[in-house]
Amino acid sequence: MFKLWASILKDFRVLVRDGIGLALMFIMPIVLVFVVTDIQNSTFNLINKNKLPILICNRDTGQSSKQLIEAINKIGMFKVSQLPKNQDKNTITDSMKAKEALLSVVIPENFTVRVKAKSKSVAGKALTSFGLQADSIQKNVGEVDPLILYYNPVLQESLRLSVKGGLQSALQLVESRETLRSLYFSINEKPLPAQLEDEMLNNKAVINEIPVSKDGSLKAPNAAQHNVPSWTIFAMFFVIMSLGGSVVREKVSGSFIRLKTLPTNYVVGLLSKQITYVVVTVFQAIVIFSLGIWVFPLVGLPGLNLPSDIFGLFVVTLVCGWCAVSYAICVGVFAETHQQSNGFGAISIVILAAIGGLMVPTFTMDTSLKTFANVSPMHWCLQAYYGLFLEGGRLKDVLGNLVPLIGIILVFQLITFIGLKGKNLI
Amino acid sequence: MELSSPLAIDVENIAFRYPGNADVSFSNLSLKIAKGERFGLFGPNGAGKTTLISLMTGLLSADEGHIKLLGHEIGKKNENAVNKLFGFVPQDFSFYQELSPAENLEFFGAWSGLDRQTIKKRTNELLHILGLEQVRDKRVEKFSGGMKRRVNLAIGVIHNPQILFLDEPTVGVDVQTGHAIINYLLELNKNGTTLIYTSHQLSEAEELCEDVALIDEGKIIVQDKLTDLLKDHDQETLEDLFLNLTGKAYRN
Repeated sequence: MFKLWASILKDFRVLVRDGIGLALMFIMPIVLVFVVTDIQNSTFNLINKNKLPILICNRDTGQSSKQLIEAINKIGMFKVSQLPKNQDKNTITDSMKAKEALLSVVIPENFTVRVKAKSKSVAGKALTSFGLQADSIQKNVGEVDPLILYYNPVLQESLRLSVKGGLQSALQLVESRETLRSLYFSINEKPLPAQLEDEMLNNKAVINEIPVSKDGSLKAPNAAQHNVPSWTIFAMFFVIMSLGGSVVREKVSGSFIRLKTLPTNYVVGLLSKQITYVVVTVFQAIVIFSLGIWVFPLVGLPGLNLPSDIFGLFVVTLVCGWCAVSYAICVGVFAETHQQSNGFGAISIVILAAIGGLMVPTFTMDTSLKTFANVSPMHWCLQAYYGLFLEGGRLKDVLGNLVPLIGIILVFQLITFIGLKGKNLI
Repeated sequence: MELSSPLAIDVENIAFRYPGNADVSFSNLSLKIAKGERFGLFGPNGAGKTTLISLMTGLLSADEGHIKLLGHEIGKKNENAVNKLFGFVPQDFSFYQELSPAENLEFFGAWSGLDRQTIKKRTNELLHILGLEQVRDKRVEKFSGGMKRRVNLAIGVIHNPQILFLDEPTVGVDVQTGHAIINYLLELNKNGTTLIYTSHQLSEAEELCEDVALIDEGKIIVQDKLTDLLKDHDQETLEDLFLNLTGKAYRN
């Protein structure tokens, strides 16, 4: 036991004197978790709070275009600014740059005339299909000229599609209103009453969004719930920058060889490294979770809510940390130089994080990538954390994620053993 | 050569070949070193010195034959018991440069099987003897080459081994440090420690070693008292003897 304690003390001392390694293990992930949560939160706020600036160049002079602009305003997603009607494409794009708008919409000339004509035609067809005589069904009305949406290419596709959906819904509202009015006037020979029009157009069923959680909690997960676990896992795996390098230094300096001549089993050394660095990974998790809980709200970010099963959270953190440490030792054993360990370590972690779903959710990946995700230990770590943080599960609910993770740990340990044996280090 | 004292090391008919590399290999090699000897093992680069020391310290396993240290056969079965008998001072600074001399001795002392009290006592003794008291809590990475050599030596002897293997223990140090290290080794030997020394610094070796063996191409060419060898081969110094027996051609 004294040998193990002496080894842990040695590993701890080596660790705390590795300033760069400590910075990489703590400061970098903390910065990452702040930045990514803030970015995701900004995207959420962009749509829900801050509003997306949009320029509208209305070349039409009728009522329908005004109603369209009003409908766009009502969506609540945009901060609308109007441009003079006679602006050309170049002027509009210059205005986008000047006003920092990522989008602009051009409503074509005769928009109202075309919308009304089309509505009248549709109403006439409807009356005919009811067996009623329509006053006049205009034939060959043609489609309404398209609206033009200019967008800055930096706007992500998902956001652009959401904008396009919003605009289409506003457009549909305008067209439906005109069709209803035409239809009503044709039947009753008087205008559609405003109240009835409002009821008919706005009589939509409400959509209630309810998160599916195992503990029955109705609290919607926020950006912190998504990002803090992800980047905590990333931070844990970044122990490779210190631990991998430390293993390489021990090999290169000959310390490993010297230890082999001493009356102590190598298992003590490996165990000591694993205990020391697993404690570090748990500490990393405590630091990052604490920031999420207490510091995020102070800087305007959504606070992290810890899962109800704290023991489960501890076990998951322990297993994730053990996996990260096993991977780091494994890489350290095979790397010949510090540069190899750090270079391969950093790149492999980014790749494992990407395919493991830390950067983009695995459900958005294609089938082949989803299969690869299962190979990444970070995928199982993330699923276990999400089971607790987002789905409100308990330890028993995430055991299915921990079992493959333990399997991966055993594989890393076996590869490490083979590597040490092959290099005659044990 | 007849040995009257009990054997510290008994290498008996060993054979060894690196897997996939036929360059350095031993076949039917035997070597006996008596307890309390100051034994020098010399040879040109690639002669097999390091391989032989690795076999004697259990870092490599012989394909055939036996190696005994103080009567204990080296092998997996009694690895821990044998490892307690000897100390090893490698040519590299094989310790933790992020740690201080005292912290290194604490760690290596524990791995050598010592208890806390003994480690503390031996640490104080060794740091005093080797002139490292003033820097006992300073990080080794800031030390000069000579100071690092002394730390390297202290770690090798913390557990008072009966046999001490030394691979170039004074390489790269100034005259004063080299002299101090050699004097300390002579002192250890007076107290009964068998020294197995290898180096390319042959003048220093003459000062330290009573018995020598020259090894070349995996074979022991000669082994005897240094004075007898010089006399038998009509040479004045160990360096002359070395060149006479191993030639002047470059070795890789």
